[in-house]
Amino acid sequence: MLAYLVRRLLYMIPTLIAISIVSFFIIQLPPGDYLSTLVANLAAQGDQIDSARLTALRDRFGLDQPIWVQYWKWISGIVFYGDFGHSFEWNRPVSQLIWQRLGLTFVLSFSTLIFTWAISLPTGIFSAVRKYSVPDYVATFLGFIGLAIPNFLLALVLMYVSFKYFNQSVGGLFSPQYIEAPWSWSKAVDLLAHLWVPMIVLGTAGTAGLIRIMRANLLDDLHKPYVETARAKGLSERRLLLKYPVRVALNPFVSTVGWVLPDLVSGAAIVSIVLSLPTTGPLLLRALNSQDMYLAGSFIMMLSVLTVVGTFISDLLLAWLDPRIRYR
Amino acid sequence: MVDETVNPTVPAAEHEQPVEVAGYWKLVWWKFRKHRLAVVGGVVTLLIYLVAAFAEFLAPWPPAEVHSRYTYAPPQPIRFQSRTEEGRSPGLYVNGYDVQIDREAFRRTFVVDPDLVVPVRFFARGEPYRLLGLIPFDRHLFGPVDPSQPMYLLGADRLGRDVLSRTIHGARISMSIGLVGVSMSLVLGLVLGGVSGYFGGAIDNIIQRVVEFLRSIPTIPLWMGLAAAIPLAWPPLRVYFVITLLLSLIGWTGLAREVRGRFFALKTEDFVTAARLDGVSEARIILRHMMPSFSSHIIASVTLAIPTMILAETSLSFLGIGLRSPVVSWGVLLQEAQNIRSVATAPWLFWPGVAVVIAVLALNFLGDGLRDAADPYST
Repeated sequence: MLAYLVRRLLYMIPTLIAISIVSFFIIQLPPGDYLSTLVANLAAQGDQIDSARLTALRDRFGLDQPIWVQYWKWISGIVFYGDFGHSFEWNRPVSQLIWQRLGLTFVLSFSTLIFTWAISLPTGIFSAVRKYSVPDYVATFLGFIGLAIPNFLLALVLMYVSFKYFNQSVGGLFSPQYIEAPWSWSKAVDLLAHLWVPMIVLGTAGTAGLIRIMRANLLDDLHKPYVETARAKGLSERRLLLKYPVRVALNPFVSTVGWVLPDLVSGAAIVSIVLSLPTTGPLLLRALNSQDMYLAGSFIMMLSVLTVVGTFISDLLLAWLDPRIRYR
Repeated sequence: MVDETVNPTVPAAEHEQPVEVAGYWKLVWWKFRKHRLAVVGGVVTLLIYLVAAFAEFLAPWPPAEVHSRYTYAPPQPIRFQSRTEEGRSPGLYVNGYDVQIDREAFRRTFVVDPDLVVPVRFFARGEPYRLLGLIPFDRHLFGPVDPSQPMYLLGADRLGRDVLSRTIHGARISMSIGLVGVSMSLVLGLVLGGVSGYFGGAIDNIIQRVVEFLRSIPTIPLWMGLAAAIPLAWPPLRVYFVITLLLSLIGWTGLAREVRGRFFALKTEDFVTAARLDGVSEARIILRHMMPSFSSHIIASVTLAIPTMILAETSLSFLGIGLRSPVVSWGVLLQEAQNIRSVATAPWLFWPGVAVVIAVLALNFLGDGLRDAADPYST
């Protein structure tokens, strides 16, 4: 187990470096550099920047030096000092802006993951046991619809329905009185009350996929000899089902976290924009549109890093659950 | 191959069942045919591509035709009149609008006026165009007899453009971006997956790490970051290609995995070893011996990859960082539906979304059926 853990940790290092390079590349994409944008922004506001500060900033980001030096200055600032650069639009350090939004993004993604499991596990089992029954067809069809509707469209339709027929908006994650309030028990409850809409919107596609996987895996196992043996020995159907084939078929639930999690974080970005949730999505889009590149790049990097870490944790869980994985 | 071996215990050829002599592709076709939903999905997919090809003919109006008089005009149902009365000849018609201006809200309200009759017909004369880009033509499948009269079967948008015509024209970009994007990822997937699976070892390890890396990062934020860097001044066609390129740069991983898996499975098969012992070159083994036996799997994966591309394009364009108007794609059209208030007054703006769902659903069913049929020997 320890060897596996170390190996996985070592594999993660190149991934993290690659993520940071890609993010830095995205920051560099728009024409011009940090300082010319800053000077232009200040000039637009009628301010002049004094040359001493300009030199200090140029030095800090290594702007007159080769690109890898700039990269190194940027990444070492993040790793050693937690300094993600400066947001032009907000005129604040990026690190002040991202953490709460990243946290909420992950609360949303993880609760959706749990929701997805809670729905797809029983549905998948039912679909497999009662193969080709009417409910199986209904579940399969609904699953396909869930796959086919883009998340943002579902969010739009939900918003439209609640606006038109219930005359209320479903956007946001908090009631107005809690938005600026510090964290408390009642704020957490309020969050849960708002969380279900984006959770359903985000969860549909993943649920559909997992139902298919669960059904297929269970179907493979249902007719294996060990099931027949257990049945011949007089085990009750329910106990037989839950104790053996379901346990085997459960493996993919944990192992698919590796691709479900990136999908959820990715989907959360766009759903949050439509439902205007205080997660990373809307701020990222705004940062990209106004070319606030340090903010945008930091979001993209941290979302990816946290996803990779989440996948790593799920891999450890899987290795702990299923000893075969460790020795592969 | 397998289908040519005659079982020696069967005495004469006339007892052979058709299934025993059928070739691989025939078996695939039989198995596919049994999957009803997949067949329906295939037919619908074909229809959508036909719609995309003949968009000018099928759409009553050009997609960009603006009628400021009819902003947010509601859909008109088609009616049929059988008798001749008051000088009207029998035929199809739609009711015209009675436009009232709400002085307080400064908004136009449309009331369908049953007395106003706009006769419509098949093969109506309209805006001239070139069919398939070649043949000059001015007939449209369906339209008002008098082209100056309004006809909005699915309503009008903010600028009084016909939602139906725009949705039909949008099929062209949205459906083709799937095809072009998937072809690009197929090339990448075949080459990298093939190299990875065929040679194995260190190359395989590197390519697999790259695949894992690309799969482990959330795609939409990454796409957003890359797409936002496309300069606003670029011509639409170039934006289209860059967006497709971005989609396929990240989308090839699934195909590469499939190809690699197939190569690994086939590498140790007897017929590959036999070919190698015969002194067949590596390239020929790959192209003539291995490729044919997994091409059906590749076709299935490709079909399943197209809807993902379509959804990705739609999402990006919806956010305003993919394709931009004047280009007409389903995602661009759905941008109109972004504002909840405009959707509340004009729910017909959702029609392009319905088109997306139908297209993705059809392609998914088709792909699912193809995947099942790709293994015709398993039951």
